[in-house]
Amino acid sequence: MKSKDRNYFKILRAGINTTYQDLGRNNLYHIGIPFSGAMDKRNFQLLNSLLQNDYNSPVIEFAYQGPHLRYFGKDIFFCISGNVSFKIITKEGVIDGNSYQCYLLKNGDEVDIHSTNKSVYGYFSINGTFGVDYYWGSCSINTQAQIGPNNGNKFSKDLEIEIIDINNSFNKRKLDYLGSTIENIRVIKGTNYDYFSESSQNKFFKESFKITKLSDRMGMRLEGPKIENIVDPNIKSEGLVKGVIQITSAGDPIIMLSDHGTIGGYPKIATVISADYDRLVQLTPGSNIKFKDVSLEDAETLYKLYQMETNNIISQIK
Amino acid sequence: MIKNILNLGDAALYCDFGSEVNQEINSNVIKYFYHIKKLNLKGITNLTPSYNKLIISYDLNIHSFLSLKKKIENIEIKENNKLEKNLIEIPVCCDNNFALDIKRVENKLKLKSEIILERFFSKNYFCYMTGFVAGMPFLGDLEKDMRLKRLETPRVKVPKGSVGITEQFCNIYTFETPGGWNILGNTPQNIFDTSNQSNPNLVNPGDTIKFYRITLDQYNEIKR
Repeated sequence: MKSKDRNYFKILRAGINTTYQDLGRNNLYHIGIPFSGAMDKRNFQLLNSLLQNDYNSPVIEFAYQGPHLRYFGKDIFFCISGNVSFKIITKEGVIDGNSYQCYLLKNGDEVDIHSTNKSVYGYFSINGTFGVDYYWGSCSINTQAQIGPNNGNKFSKDLEIEIIDINNSFNKRKLDYLGSTIENIRVIKGTNYDYFSESSQNKFFKESFKITKLSDRMGMRLEGPKIENIVDPNIKSEGLVKGVIQITSAGDPIIMLSDHGTIGGYPKIATVISADYDRLVQLTPGSNIKFKDVSLEDAETLYKLYQMETNNIISQIK
Repeated sequence: MIKNILNLGDAALYCDFGSEVNQEINSNVIKYFYHIKKLNLKGITNLTPSYNKLIISYDLNIHSFLSLKKKIENIEIKENNKLEKNLIEIPVCCDNNFALDIKRVENKLKLKSEIILERFFSKNYFCYMTGFVAGMPFLGDLEKDMRLKRLETPRVKVPKGSVGITEQFCNIYTFETPGGWNILGNTPQNIFDTSNQSNPNLVNPGDTIKFYRITLDQYNEIKR
């Protein structure tokens, strides 16, 4: 491709844990590959809806600090989802951008994504398609197993992000959405709940836990009251799913997130319900969380309500 | 053959085949795994077989716990369903640079290193499951006098290709990753191949593994 025909971003600063993500890859747990995919599925979905892309189009995910990008090519629109501060730098000047709004970029313009506010993940995409390779049906980058485009690595400075298609029939749209927060993380009791002393079971639901800095796409480590195991600190290794809360030998909870190891040998005290997962992953280190016990039936209903709420938000895009 | 089906969170079935770890129970898990995989049921997003459990993850938009549980309970697996078994030979070099924990294993087992390695290589191993990280096989069983606990403090980085033992099992580190197994050697063979998307695992559940010992020169030859 001649350079004058190319449409691409050059990365001036990569940001933190910047990767391509889509809805992830299924049916590979049995060989040790987690599903990956965008951590916050609602913000992923909102972004592709705003940009009128296919529902599973690749987007760029970043954590805490996003990339600084310079654009080269034909006019293009971009949009950002999540609670994100960013600037758009053009020949006319510098403006502060708003999330959930589409902006035009011309050749040479820049987007500088400073930070996510009181949240972890943000998403960036364009009215078109990034040039990515697919691995088992997904372009999600899993840096742990080094699977995905860019040799399974996170983005680095000077990398060029190719755009292979621009949607010219695009209508610029926006959404007034402030994001959704949550007070308690709702969980279903786990398969090893009775491994823990009664006083620890009570503490688990009554006291709060702090999210530590040792948290990433694989898992979230918490600290708080020690959870006392009265049976065995280990179980025979078995499958894990996202949201499972294991208690380590030291008595601390660790929540499995989208890039988690597929099997583990710590007892499971509880599992975060599907309806609360998007909001759980957006909680920053240092935050305190409390767990609330719900029934399986309630969890199934709450998930349906959460999906309805997402569809309702999408219907408000104008 | 499934003893009990519970829920693991709100989007997975937890199928319990028993509490023991043995090849009979595990073979049942693997039979169910391959059978359900072949059925290709809509809305099943993942199947995770392990020693004595099978976890079936599903899309909450398509299934509820009770409806899928009923479906799985109605599956019939014939006792004489044969398990596909491959014999796979894997070279291992036990040069001092690779056998990171041989001294510790000598002390704990109170056996000389040559005896330990002779016993290790004299047996075939059964693959119970793969996972934790991509392609890592969990193999068994080691003889009773070869069993020891994992390291008290896990290594931050275990080199790729390391072959380790703990309790009744051995495994192969398919990636550089943290880990606490007692490392006896290293294989130059690629156990997980990202570029082979139809079958990236060299070793699959139900397979039999035969390790054979190679010299450092042979190791370097294969690596090249």
